[in-house]
Amino acid sequence: MKPILTRRQKDTIFTGIFWMVLLLVTLQLWLLTATMNAYLGGDTSVVWPGAIASFVCLIFNLWLLRRLLYLQRAGA
Amino acid sequence: MIRNESEQPREFPDGQRLPDQPAWQQDFPTDVPEDDHVARREFVKFLVLTSGAFAAGQCWIAADSTLRESKSYSRMKVATVAEAEAKRVVEFHYPDNDEPCLLLCLEPGRYVAYGQKCSHLACAVVPKLDQGKLHCPCHNGSFEAAGGRPIAGPPRRPLPLVTLDVQDGVIFATGVELRTV
Repeated sequence: MKPILTRRQKDTIFTGIFWMVLLLVTLQLWLLTATMNAYLGGDTSVVWPGAIASFVCLIFNLWLLRRLLYLQRAGA
Repeated sequence: MIRNESEQPREFPDGQRLPDQPAWQQDFPTDVPEDDHVARREFVKFLVLTSGAFAAGQCWIAADSTLRESKSYSRMKVATVAEAEAKRVVEFHYPDNDEPCLLLCLEPGRYVAYGQKCSHLACAVVPKLDQGKLHCPCHNGSFEAAGGRPIAGPPRRPLPLVTLDVQDGVIFATGVELRTV
């Protein structure tokens, strides 16, 4: 049986998820600008690794959002 | 409608109890900590949407680079050597009409050509050969005439280099080389 979390515990998890998503989005922004700069300069070697890394960040963000919505449900 | 106090929010922004709140707050009581959760949840949803947009942008760059790799350049006559040495600067378009370029004659027998769009925000650069540079009037960016590399202002990347071939007194453009440094 899963433990029922208190408001304070949920709040801590909420904050953790929020900062993690914010960090990943900032990383994606940096990745996009760096890739764009390299691409416009004719360097295409970083393009696909950049796209894969950004996609992995998106998947992780979606998973975190799913966890957050799960946390919101009654009894979780 | 006023509900029992046990059903009411645990706290209000001003720290007062329900009976001390204004009428509108009594009619529409808000559970402040819960509201805070909702606001953060919505913000995280927005951040994940932004994350999706960034990932889509990366995929677009990757797809565009695949198309670019298959692009080949044609050989195009730019000017004769006599014409280039007389004018010192010859304007032309290469590889298509949307790409203005400049052929510079730095000294007799020494020619370079660059894309004319500034690498910052694509304004047209103006050649100033007496100062040995190309100047972008939009944000005061400057590039050295000899190599096309940025020497002042906001541009960080060099101008695209148009590769040249001189044959029988005629200068041909043969390709475009994009550079990061």
